[in-house]
Amino acid sequence: MLSRVAENIYWLARYLERAEDMARLISVNSHLLLDFPHATKLGWDSLINITSTEELFEKHYTWPDETSVLQFLCGDRRYGSSIIASLANARENLRTTREILPREIWEEVNQLYLNIAAKVESGVTPRNRDSFLKQVIRSCQTVTGLIEGTLSHTQTRTFLTLGRSLERADMTTRIIDVRSANLLPKTAEDLKPFENLQWMSVLKSLTGFQMYRQQVRLRVRGPDVLRFLIQDTAFPRAVACSLKDLSLALLPLPRSEEVQGLVDDLARLLIAADVEELAHEPEQLHLFMDELQVGLNQVHTALVSNYYDVKHPPKP
Amino acid sequence: MTKINWNNYNSKGFYDELMAAPGVPHPAARQLCEYLAQLDAGELRQHKQAAEIAIQVMGITFTVYSEGSQIDRAWPFDILPRILPLSEWQRTEAGLKQRVQALNLFIDDLYHEQKIIKDGVFPAEILTQSANFRPQCVGISPPHQIWAHICGSDLVRDKDGILYVLEDNLRVPSGVSYMLENRNVTKRILPELFATGRIQPVDDYCSQLYEMLASMSPRPGDDPQIVILTPGIYNSAYYEHSYLAQQMGVELVEGRDLQVGDDDCVYMRMIDGLKRVDVIYRRVDDLFLDPEVFKPESTLGVPGLMRAWRHGKVALVNAPGAGVADDKVVYALVPEIIRYYLQQEPLLANVPSYLCMRDEDRKYVLANLDKLVVKPANESGGYGMLIGPHSTRAEQQKFAELIKADPRNYMAQPTLAISTTPTLCETGLEARHVDLRPFILSGEQIYVTTGGLTRVALTPGSLVVNSSQGGGSKDTWIVDVDETEQSQGSA
Repeated sequence: MLSRVAENIYWLARYLERAEDMARLISVNSHLLLDFPHATKLGWDSLINITSTEELFEKHYTWPDETSVLQFLCGDRRYGSSIIASLANARENLRTTREILPREIWEEVNQLYLNIAAKVESGVTPRNRDSFLKQVIRSCQTVTGLIEGTLSHTQTRTFLTLGRSLERADMTTRIIDVRSANLLPKTAEDLKPFENLQWMSVLKSLTGFQMYRQQVRLRVRGPDVLRFLIQDTAFPRAVACSLKDLSLALLPLPRSEEVQGLVDDLARLLIAADVEELAHEPEQLHLFMDELQVGLNQVHTALVSNYYDVKHPPKP
Repeated sequence: MTKINWNNYNSKGFYDELMAAPGVPHPAARQLCEYLAQLDAGELRQHKQAAEIAIQVMGITFTVYSEGSQIDRAWPFDILPRILPLSEWQRTEAGLKQRVQALNLFIDDLYHEQKIIKDGVFPAEILTQSANFRPQCVGISPPHQIWAHICGSDLVRDKDGILYVLEDNLRVPSGVSYMLENRNVTKRILPELFATGRIQPVDDYCSQLYEMLASMSPRPGDDPQIVILTPGIYNSAYYEHSYLAQQMGVELVEGRDLQVGDDDCVYMRMIDGLKRVDVIYRRVDDLFLDPEVFKPESTLGVPGLMRAWRHGKVALVNAPGAGVADDKVVYALVPEIIRYYLQQEPLLANVPSYLCMRDEDRKYVLANLDKLVVKPANESGGYGMLIGPHSTRAEQQKFAELIKADPRNYMAQPTLAISTTPTLCETGLEARHVDLRPFILSGEQIYVTTGGLTRVALTPGSLVVNSSQGGGSKDTWIVDVDETEQSQGSA
């Protein structure tokens, strides 16, 4: 497989996953807001913090109110990871690699982009926010389903899986980060009445509530949810499960030892985490999520140098 | 749309490809015309819609530029095929082979001894002022002495019923994928007519192309690594590049996928390392191929590619510099070129041409701008032309200045009464002008497509068939008609 095509495919999967997870991220925040009393300072600006886009946001908007933040994260093409920008990028990548993927995948992504572009054009408002986010999530999953059901298990699929798993792991850490955002009440006493609610929202935004119930069989408790979302290897959106997918996808690839090693390091880091402590210390949790994100980025860099930016001397 | 009545079809005095006279089809077209006449208006409309849907579903598109952005458009297609009898096609095919064989000998001569100039048959000044002569190619000997491996020649029929060669495209001719797709669509729409077995198949092209490309490999015997080099998705023919790669099962690469090693071999960057490339079917223009040799700012090409080619480590198809014979002034001399290299009379007619570099011709052209078609030597795609009878005074004046400033760059031809063929328009059947682009592959042997791509000017009265300027296309049928039918037809 050509390196350029592999890289294209990998990013295609990342963009699609990013669009879906951005929708989930916005969704968890809005549900948290609904459940919190007005006394708390939690607001829409926490999303700007989590996505590390303060500078860009402040350049183009005056105040982080709901309408502005929604517009920025959903429909602003100036922000490269907004839902519309991710979908536009996914579509563009697919256009250049159309010949190697089943054409239904192209048609679906094309349609998705056109629909969402029309919707953001007319504005994402608090009133249509939920249905908009649901549509993004569902359409992205349709594409994932098409890939699952129609694409042969070749290197093309390998690179799609790599992109998807990596992006998913990264975005799950960001969604968990919502919980650790600085704006949450700091002391345990203030937090108590809402703790369960918060974790339930996180679970629900990752479509993990039922799976959690079935697997954990406990009432929703911070440390248990955290353990489930980072250490579980059976729930698809858990970080450890994404890493497992990543690791399996790497197996058939040549020269994968270095990347494999980095993934293993990350998996060890996950297992060693003290979830009890993290669940009660937002600062600690935030630092830990940061550490995971740095590790995931190292995996990405290794993929680039190993497969996309090939400069090996000619084989004899 | 109404039911077809061939008695009402009027080609307005132009030679018509299907109808010999009102209500009387040519023998090769009789079966089709009878079939169409028995369809009612609803069925006809259904056929047209079925074709439109097929094109959308199959995703047959071409790219047009509009205000700086590119748009993928559905390929405009007319369901009524254009038909030629097999006997006429066989004569045409022989003529095309002769023509391309002579052109390849000519190009090879220009880059070596230039005997044709020394012998006084070809004026040296045409060569010195040629925009497509590449001094960087002098002395290079590509395999089999073939430079123009893939040629697309445009043919038109004048009122005398004779097919003329209008031009030979030797650089990166496009359109063959549409020829193949048009047939696929027509087979879906009119399957009954294919059951007779008289319509000659066209689908051999991709395997012939693969064979020809493989035969150019510098490493014979091995399984040759063939790639198609595309300028990328923004190129108007990207659909075709992708289509041919898919059909032949070869990689579609961009310049940045390739690199030239210290051993002068070309490699493509694969995820499992570098892989040597033997044959490059390049759809990138000469000047963008190698920034070390041609335009240094080109990002479409591969640094060192010319070095690799010169050392025989890779085959480039078509060879750089082949475009020297793709020049409308050189075109005028092709009959001489055929006589010179092959000692044969040309089998296909050239359109009479006036070269503005010749004093006599230029005087005539300047005095008759309102009657002639004036073409620049090195443009393609129908751009930069003056069509005299359809032009304004101001346009003629502009061309007079252009010709005087650079006579070598212009030639003129009488306006041909280009033939028409019935085309299904919104209101019903109407006569539209058509041309024909067969493709000729030159390797160890020469292969000509069965028929070619028929392009049709969809605007009433228009002669411009380019898809970028309102043209469409049709399937082209080469039909085997036996002798008794021939005589019945002329009776």
